[in-house]
Amino acid sequence: MKVAVKRVSPPSDDKRWKLVDVTMRRNGYSAHALIETLHVVQNSFGYLDGRAMRYVARSLRIPLSRVYGVATFYHLFSLEPTGEHTCVVCTGTACYIKGAPDLIDAVEDQYDVSIGGTTADGRLSLLSARCLGACGLAPAVVVDGEIRGRQTSEALLQEIGEATCNSTT
Amino acid sequence: MQLDDLKARADELRSEAARSHRIRVCLAASCQSSGAGEVCEGFERAVESAGRGDDVEVRRVGCLGLCSAGPLVAVDGRNAAFSELYRHVGPDDVEGLLDSVEGEPVEQLRCPTDVPFFQRQHKVVLENSGLVDPDRIEDYIAQDGYQALVRAVTEMTPEDVLREVQTSGLRGRGGAGYPAGLKWSTVAKAVESPKYVICNGDEGDPGAFMDRAVLESDPHRVLEGMALAAYAVGASRGFVYVRAEYPLAVERLERAIRQATKEGFLGHGVCASPFDFTIELRMGAGAFVCGEETALMASIEGLRGQPRPRPPYPAESGLWGGPTLINNVETLANVPPVVRNGGEWFASIGTPDSTGTKVFALAGRVENTGLVEVPMGITLREIVEEVGGGVPDGRAFKAVQTGGPSGGCIPVELTETSVEYDTLRAVGSIMGSGGMIVMDETSCMVDVARYFMEFCMTESCGKCIPCRAGTVQLHDLLVKIADRRATSADLALLEELCEVVQMTSLCGLGQTAPNPVQSTLRYFRHEYEERLVETPPGEFLVPLDVVDT
Repeated sequence: MKVAVKRVSPPSDDKRWKLVDVTMRRNGYSAHALIETLHVVQNSFGYLDGRAMRYVARSLRIPLSRVYGVATFYHLFSLEPTGEHTCVVCTGTACYIKGAPDLIDAVEDQYDVSIGGTTADGRLSLLSARCLGACGLAPAVVVDGEIRGRQTSEALLQEIGEATCNSTT
Repeated sequence: MQLDDLKARADELRSEAARSHRIRVCLAASCQSSGAGEVCEGFERAVESAGRGDDVEVRRVGCLGLCSAGPLVAVDGRNAAFSELYRHVGPDDVEGLLDSVEGEPVEQLRCPTDVPFFQRQHKVVLENSGLVDPDRIEDYIAQDGYQALVRAVTEMTPEDVLREVQTSGLRGRGGAGYPAGLKWSTVAKAVESPKYVICNGDEGDPGAFMDRAVLESDPHRVLEGMALAAYAVGASRGFVYVRAEYPLAVERLERAIRQATKEGFLGHGVCASPFDFTIELRMGAGAFVCGEETALMASIEGLRGQPRPRPPYPAESGLWGGPTLINNVETLANVPPVVRNGGEWFASIGTPDSTGTKVFALAGRVENTGLVEVPMGITLREIVEEVGGGVPDGRAFKAVQTGGPSGGCIPVELTETSVEYDTLRAVGSIMGSGGMIVMDETSCMVDVARYFMEFCMTESCGKCIPCRAGTVQLHDLLVKIADRRATSADLALLEELCEVVQMTSLCGLGQTAPNPVQSTLRYFRHEYEERLVETPPGEFLVPLDVVDT
């Protein structure tokens, strides 16, 4: 006997929920697809909020605690929106011994933000990455999705300055 | 599909390719970050505007190896007349290099390939890297790709394939070095079904990017290796688990899986045989512990990536309780040549206990950073000083770190050690997955140990107490020593705690977390001792308000 399962409707009529639905449907609304689904939510909305996690939990018919557990376990999932611009400093071994800590200190001092955080005005998030796999370019930094190798504190501050001021003009 | 058809197709593709000149532009992560994308587009535009689309092919290839000299471009003459490698190529050099297909090489950009960096390497895993366009299955077929799989399913029994892998002596390239043949035969013998094959591409060691290069440069090789493994052990479903930090690898694998399925190398009835095999891609989400096999399986099942006690080993009860074969990317990439050329051929490379080659990501304070593949048995000194070109800026070579956060630092005095699983373990490090970081006299060993401990502390999944609490305490002690606030009692405590964490942790992460501390203590103890103080500053002072009440 087939049991008709009533699907939960998305929290809003935002079109991005369609992408989330497609992913869940493709995986047969299986609980195994939780991580896949959360990836899509994060890529579409930038972060995972309570509303999104509740929707995913109800759609996949798993407890909200499990969704929250997975979302907080993996580093890549963020429960808060990131800043307008991002600066990711690689802290892999090669970058570390070639001076990544100095780069982090420089940005922290200049923008009054600590690693993993966002400035009070929401303009810049300073993040660290375990290893970007660009060890040949150490120390490497990703500013707004663009990777820059062999960085110095001065060059990095200048690049961030340019990136953040471009948005206001 | 029969083997002869595939061979004929490979010959045809090769002779077709030989008819034109070829410009190969490295678009691996490192070159791409130095502007290779722009260079490649420059070539494509220049070829088109010169109307030479028919006799000059611009091919987007994977890693050419010498990452520190990127963007790298190779120019091949028609009918393999010559092949030149060029380094630090910029968009302005495009015209000159395009002219060089028929004229003189561009001297000022030439990257000599008769140097030890290229000569000392022996390419098995990376044989196609830099030659094939990872997005085109035709290029892989032209390099005799998928012939091992077709031969296996049409002419060999699963036992034959298993026997070749056992003869080859191939050991797991993920770090521990467990013999692949033994692992495969355990899964093959298991009676439960369904069985699964998992490719572990959760390359988490900081400073290691070998698997990324293989997945990005030659994804079909990994798929073929998985299919051969599945045939040998009797699995019909496979998963590739890749870090989400490698979006390019994910994209290329997705495309490769689609192409291989379309050509009949994967899917229902592989190459018109009764063998079925499908591969699904799973992305990680940034958890180092997921490189541990039981944690990885939990992650594929959509759970938190926490390890569980073994036994039962995945070979008996793995993914969803089925017998599961888990091998690392590089291990599986070794399988097609093993089956194609025979296990004995593979066993003739390297040393009797560690056969074949190993890919290392050479980085840190070394002249030639990049990806190198060397035969097992080569010494560490040869890798650093000959292949790597030594330490730059006239500084002194101090130590080499292998195995990432689970490995250790080997001092310069011991660099005559040969690269084998057992010899590296004897000097207090491990082969690891292949990160090799060179350190010079400016690197402080206490700080290096602290760095790796911080990594383990953050990445500990929190399931077992020795790892969760132990790594925090170890890190605090290391900070205390580095800040010159520690006494000899703290050092003794550090050593004792290392042993406890090592012996009582649940999984490999905790069990190996003390390795960097222990190996630096073994060889650089004076660096710890010279930071110790007699009495710690400001401790034992009782706040006045406490005294009052």
